Amino acid sequence: MRFVENFPFITIVLSLFSAVICFALKDKRARFVSYSLLGAGILMSASVLVYNLTSETGYFVYRMGHYDAPIGNEIAAGVLEPFFVLLFEVMMLLSLLGGSYKIETDVEPSKHRLFCIMVNLTHAALTALCYTNDIFTAYVFVEICTIASCALLMARKRTRPLVAATRYMMFSLIGSSLLLVGIVLLYSVTGHLLFPQLYASIQALWTTGQYTLPLTVALGLIVSGLAIKSGLCPFHWWMRDTYATATPAASGILSGVISKAYIFLLIKIIGRVISREIYVQSGIHTVLLIFGVAGMMVGSLSAIQTHNLNFMLAYSSAAQIGYIYMGLGLGTDAALLASLFQMVAHALTKPMLFLSAMGLSDTVGKRQDFDALRGSAHWNPVAGIGYAAGALSMVGLPIFAGFIPKLLFSLSAFGHDWKTYVILVALAISTILNVVYFLRTMVNTYGPERVAMERRKITFRTARTFSVVVLIMALINLIVGLHAQPIISLFEKGIHIFTTIR
Amino acid sequence: MNITLNLEELTAMLLFGIGFTMLVFSRNLLKKVLGLNIIDTGVYLFLASMGYIEGNLTPIVPPTGPVDPGIYINPIPTGLVLTGIVVSVSFSALMLALAVRLYKKYRTLNLDEIYARCDREDGED
Repeated sequence: MRFVENFPFITIVLSLFSAVICFALKDKRARFVSYSLLGAGILMSASVLVYNLTSETGYFVYRMGHYDAPIGNEIAAGVLEPFFVLLFEVMMLLSLLGGSYKIETDVEPSKHRLFCIMVNLTHAALTALCYTNDIFTAYVFVEICTIASCALLMARKRTRPLVAATRYMMFSLIGSSLLLVGIVLLYSVTGHLLFPQLYASIQALWTTGQYTLPLTVALGLIVSGLAIKSGLCPFHWWMRDTYATATPAASGILSGVISKAYIFLLIKIIGRVISREIYVQSGIHTVLLIFGVAGMMVGSLSAIQTHNLNFMLAYSSAAQIGYIYMGLGLGTDAALLASLFQMVAHALTKPMLFLSAMGLSDTVGKRQDFDALRGSAHWNPVAGIGYAAGALSMVGLPIFAGFIPKLLFSLSAFGHDWKTYVILVALAISTILNVVYFLRTMVNTYGPERVAMERRKITFRTARTFSVVVLIMALINLIVGLHAQPIISLFEKGIHIFTTIR
Repeated sequence: MNITLNLEELTAMLLFGIGFTMLVFSRNLLKKVLGLNIIDTGVYLFLASMGYIEGNLTPIVPPTGPVDPGIYINPIPTGLVLTGIVVSVSFSALMLALAVRLYKKYRTLNLDEIYARCDREDGED
């Protein structure tokens, strides 16, 4: 075994240990440890990705303590796993750095250390969710991720985040309960928890026609549990308050990273446990398609109706999650590729939009309403650039990352009877709605000021870290939009590994 | 279906149903936490019943001599239950901490009232 194969395990264990160590450290040191660990995680994930891209199989399994199933626990990494861990770590680090000056004021001084601990736990959970090869371990880290993200949300010293956290927890608990029952039911039918053994057992049972109903129910519960946790319509009502009231760094992490981790786990379960054939035969994909399209419409219409910038961004997240589920609803490799790219585009864009919204609202005394924000881009040019880049990406303008998934969804939609029309019409309407609310706010921020109020000029020099981070995010978005082919090739290889190597 | 043979499973389903109803429909935050715990209890009962084999021994392997796996109960579900208990205790603790802070602020545990008052205070949307 090569040393690099230990990196996923080392990342998880180090993050968990540093969460404990941060308890004993002072605020600044705790922050240094947390952020450094994210940096180290980025290096390790990149190493695993390069290792798998250059190795013959592109896949390895790491057995904890070298025990076999059913006692042992496994980590498995193909190409998609380290790629998404890398993406999540980069966006987490950038969100934290970009929103660092806001963390100073939003979070009570006595809780800065706890904030760092929650960052560590989130990091460990995200890494484990992507790499795990055991369905019960996945459940445990889903719960750790929920608790840590809820604590990140509650860290802000206001009452509204507490109320938002309660709502978030309620939906999360419903999702967790369904997920747990689904996993237990699956275990009772198959007697396995590791993905390869589960896959073999499900295949055997499905082929012989045994336990078809319990299997379908178990799969349905697992899919619906993770869909609720990731905010699929109609279970997206927690998003508005959760994303809009957290400190901007946490909003970026919650909307851009954590919801994607749940979806990645779902994709992994569909690919490695259920298998695409059984997933399609069970009919679950059609349900996801319908809810995904509904999410695109409901999220966009809600975003148009609001007059609060952060609420609009939160509703837009519901619409973007709908796109991902629409792709999963088709059940083909091409649509899965589009969904994976949509996850990347959204993860790259949404934290940038939340940070930019923070930069814009800071110029007008933290107000979020559109009237006050008119002309705010002139008072914080970098935030204006970041917001414009994010808005254009979400609208789907070519050269930005958001364009590629829309193109891939359109191409993958053909040849599916009524689904083709549903997807193409939904894409057209949703794009028009995106243009309405994103371009309206973008033009607003560059338009003439209408409200006479005290404004604060924020320049590159006065907010250097924030400005550098937003510009880096905009640049990454542009590069991904202009050079999408390497990522598409990587996803094709990853999907091939998902479906062929067990 | 023989009810006596599936008594544990039926009880587990009943507990899950009661807990899930409380979690979804009750407006009282404390009752929701109770609902969560009832759900978890149902799931643990279901798991434990799957691992239990009538007449078999506790899975503690003797230090010497041959080992026959056939004489022990399945230890995996027991391990899952232990892990699950840790998760549910953590969730309950967090939810109760939230409930205490919200009660201190609003003097109620009714979620509808808390949401309404919070919206009124902020005057947003």
